[in-house]
Amino acid sequence: MKAKIIITPKKAVLDPQGKTVQNALEHMGYTGVGAVHVGKYLEIELTNGDKETARKQLDEACHKFLSNPVIEDYRLEIE
Amino acid sequence: MNFAVLQFPASNCDQDAVHALRHVLGHAARYVWHKETSLGDTDAVIVPGGFSYGDYLRCGAIARFSPVMQAVQQFAANGGLVLGLCNGFQVLCEAGLLPGALIRNRSLQFRCEHVHLKTLTADSPFTNQIPSDKLLRVPIAHGEGCYFADEETLAGLKANNRILWQYCNARGEVTDQSNPNGSLWNIAGICNDRRNVAALMPHPERACEPLLGSSDGRLIFESLIHALQNEQRAKVA
Repeated sequence: MKAKIIITPKKAVLDPQGKTVQNALEHMGYTGVGAVHVGKYLEIELTNGDKETARKQLDEACHKFLSNPVIEDYRLEIE
Repeated sequence: MNFAVLQFPASNCDQDAVHALRHVLGHAARYVWHKETSLGDTDAVIVPGGFSYGDYLRCGAIARFSPVMQAVQQFAANGGLVLGLCNGFQVLCEAGLLPGALIRNRSLQFRCEHVHLKTLTADSPFTNQIPSDKLLRVPIAHGEGCYFADEETLAGLKANNRILWQYCNARGEVTDQSNPNGSLWNIAGICNDRRNVAALMPHPERACEPLLGSSDGRLIFESLIHALQNEQRAKVA
């Protein structure tokens, strides 16, 4: 089993990196590009076989450690 | 006074802090390694600058779970004075000892220069010796010093005089141009509700001697020492 965690800056937080990437894409001629948000992607290999236990534990880890709820949102997927 | 200066892997301003406290201000200061579970005989804690644990994941995110930080949590809960400098600010925010977070500078650049700070209140153990009209000229050196907090938190900081320092220009005007990193309300440093934990992104420990271009940083440490001496006097009496 594997957990995939996507962490993105909250919409209210200034994201200068996203803005710079957006500007670069526009500058390169890519049309139809809206707001860009640059975040993080974590892949965690799971050795515990129980999906629900893993989800519960990782959800807590995301909240406590892997993301900072003041500035970031996260999405957790287990497959 | 006995100062404990924390040392994480990749702390790099710990020696500056110990030097300023020992050799410039004449107080006892010792390093406390991140694996220690006790602070020992300590009057105040300095969480120094640097790149603790390589700044991996987020600045301060891993340091916050180190054994020594559990001791700092306890020390702060007992009313002990804790001052975070630069990375120390990030660590204290991650630890929940201070509200908000420090994010990437608005310019995306690492800023290394001298700035001016306006002190908003003398009512704290970290500012009591700073004359109200005195601007502090101190260096900054950070890539992630943009202070962010939600509106409610900001309003609370303002209402309770918890914003200790703001970035300003040489005339003391708080302007967008004098904001080196995009911090909300030009915030350079804050304290907690109980006023015993404070932090700032600039480096007062690097501005305690004329040789370093400014001695203004001394005022912050002298405030801290003054507060500790008052506390001791009160205990004796």
